[in-house]
Amino acid sequence: MALYRNGSFVADDPWRILGADEALPAEGPVALPKARFIAERDGLAGRNAPLGVVIEAGEGLDGLEDDINRLSLVVLTFPKYTDGRNYSTARILRERFGYRGELRAIGNVLRDQLRFMLRCGFDALEITHEGTIAALRDGRINLVSLHYQPASRDEAAPPTAGGHPWRRSSAGRL
Amino acid sequence: MYRYDEFDRQFVAERVEEFRDQVARRLSGELTEDEFKPLRLMNGVYLQLHAYMLRIAIPYGTLNSRKLRRLAHIARRYDRGFGHFTTRQNLQFNWIKLEEVPEILKELAEVEMHAIQTSGNCIRNVSADHFAGAAADEIADPRVYAEILRQWSSLHPEFTFLPRKFKIAVVAAEADRAAIQVHDIGLQVKRNEAGETGFAVWVGGGLGRTPMIGRKVRDFLPEAELLSYCEAILRVYNMHGRRDNKYKARLKILVHETGVDEIARDIEAEYEDIRARGALTMPQEEIARIRAYFAPPAFAELPARSSAFEAAKADSRSFARFVERNVAPHRVPGYGIVTISLKAIGAPPGDATAEQMELIADLAERYSFDEVRVSHEQNLVLPHVRLDDIPAVHAALAEADLATPNAGLVTDIIACPGLDYCSLANARSIPVAQRIAERFADIERQKEIGELKIKISGCINACGHHHVGHIGILGVDRKGEEFYQITLGGSGDETCSIGEIVGKGFSSDEVVGAVETIVETYLRLREGPQETFLSAFRRLGEAPFREALYADA
Ligand code: HEM
Ligand code: SF4
Repeated sequence: MALYRNGSFVADDPWRILGADEALPAEGPVALPKARFIAERDGLAGRNAPLGVVIEAGEGLDGLEDDINRLSLVVLTFPKYTDGRNYSTARILRERFGYRGELRAIGNVLRDQLRFMLRCGFDALEITHEGTIAALRDGRINLVSLHYQPASRDEAAPPTAGGHPWRRSSAGRL
Repeated sequence: MYRYDEFDRQFVAERVEEFRDQVARRLSGELTEDEFKPLRLMNGVYLQLHAYMLRIAIPYGTLNSRKLRRLAHIARRYDRGFGHFTTRQNLQFNWIKLEEVPEILKELAEVEMHAIQTSGNCIRNVSADHFAGAAADEIADPRVYAEILRQWSSLHPEFTFLPRKFKIAVVAAEADRAAIQVHDIGLQVKRNEAGETGFAVWVGGGLGRTPMIGRKVRDFLPEAELLSYCEAILRVYNMHGRRDNKYKARLKILVHETGVDEIARDIEAEYEDIRARGALTMPQEEIARIRAYFAPPAFAELPARSSAFEAAKADSRSFARFVERNVAPHRVPGYGIVTISLKAIGAPPGDATAEQMELIADLAERYSFDEVRVSHEQNLVLPHVRLDDIPAVHAALAEADLATPNAGLVTDIIACPGLDYCSLANARSIPVAQRIAERFADIERQKEIGELKIKISGCINACGHHHVGHIGILGVDRKGEEFYQITLGGSGDETCSIGEIVGKGFSSDEVVGAVETIVETYLRLREGPQETFLSAFRRLGEAPFREALYADA
């Protein structure tokens, strides 16, 4: 497994991602499953460390609306790479709620989808697929770099843009 | 016609390279067939019974001679010398080698074509009225909006892994020639009382195993908000569409299970939010920029009546018949819209050989401002032909077996590939279409019967649109034998309806006779030749047909 964040692999991940019944450590950044986060919300408020939440595909944001801007990490899961629900969740977080913290994709994160994820506002990808990790390390990712529609991340207009309000480019980055 | 600029060209070129890389990984074994499948589908590559099939996008069915010649070349070089035009205005090659697909895509890219999103669970090729820009009854050119939607939906980062495929169709006339009400999103361009342009919007139509007619969610959506609204619909669908059962995954099921009022509220809420941020609100200049590509060609000022045309009609029965069925009124005086039937008696519906494609390309170049259209009824169209020239066009078509005067008649049959090609099929479709056409080959008899649409699917997936056939034929498997179930009274136009099953199915030997019985019953009971099959069925109901079909059973 490897964590790819803001354009490179990082060795240190300060976050602990807890299951439904794992004990809460006394300190340090933790991310909790959505239901648990909501249930323990009041107790968590007093913690003096960054908070995160894990949202499964299909869970959506209902019930979290008022918490989003005190979160430092939102983890969205991709149980299968063909399950596209959390692309929408990501964009809603970034665009409607203006969420600025880390947005991490986990699960079936594969090389042919990476740019779609980044464009939808993910800035961190937790990758278990060895081929994808190797391809990223070796710079062997071959994806279309021009786009016909705006999405969540800030993207430059391509050089030919004049008068095309929606054209974007990912040239020079993943 | 839309023309690529440097950006569009580079986009398609990069997509070809991306796919080449994916194919290489499949061929090297790095990707399993399971992992590769969604990737190849996104680019129109299916694995069929005998070979790979490649489906090529023909956005809103518009071609020119250069593109059509390239398709002919691909047919000859990489396939068996023919291609198959589909009900979604695309073209399929049925005998393709996977390793050659990247080369084919490169050849397509050179003429500004591709196979992007012609299958897979994404927004598919956007279809439109095949008479766009030519029809006497349209209020705008629907292709302008289809092109805007095509661009917006291309490799959309949020909507590439939808629960299921997603189809959009656009018309701009009251007459619906694109079956918009059986699409996930159906759009009709219209004007409000203030004279502003906008859209009536239907959602949740679709055929397949649970056919449903779309529900209207907007009577008037302002033109500038087309993309904001479509993004809202797609987002609601992406988040809430069912993913537990692929047969219940289309938008139609979500609309049905949730209720159209609640879905409409969800869409409106999402829309308000997207619109408030304004990123997708279309500037007038951008609409004008796209519209300029579809500017009408330089039509000549001609008298409405052409004496050459009238003389040819008087001289030749066969030309007069052709005009009666295959020439539609053009918006500009002195021009006509010519339908080229790909339904010669006995031929597989929708197939065209490389030579036929080249001939049609020549005719388009010479007589139709270089434009050709693909209709969802699997015919081709020369949209802008001078009436003076139609006799010459007819003569050239006739030599290539392309002048069958049967548009809209009983032998203008839609049929899916069926068991001859498709791994999902229960029964053959093409041979049934051929046998029905042979039975009704007599053109006088066809004229007597009048407008009658027969549509055939080889299985419940309904690629042949049988649910909206006036007579629909569905292939089913009965204990290993091919059987055919008949539905009556379907229609894919503005009076959209789903056909009703008349009774138990017919064997392959019986099915043509059953169709004939239905037709004879109609002829016996109609109020006169002006009462079409569909109107008569709507008046009479299915009882007399059922009686006639099952009388001795
Ligand atoms: C031979 C390969 C083909 C395969 C494997 C195939 C597969 C399918 C499947 C599985 C569906 C059902 C999808 C659903 O209900 O969600 C479907 C629907 C459809 N297909 Fe095909 N198909 C093939 C060829 C064609 C061709 C040649 C055409 C056009 C002539 C076509 C046009 C359609 C249409 C219009 C629908 C109905 C869409 C709707 O439900 O609204 N397909 N196809
Ligand atoms: S209707 Fe069935 S048999 Fe016909 S092409 Fe579609 S999937 Fe194949």
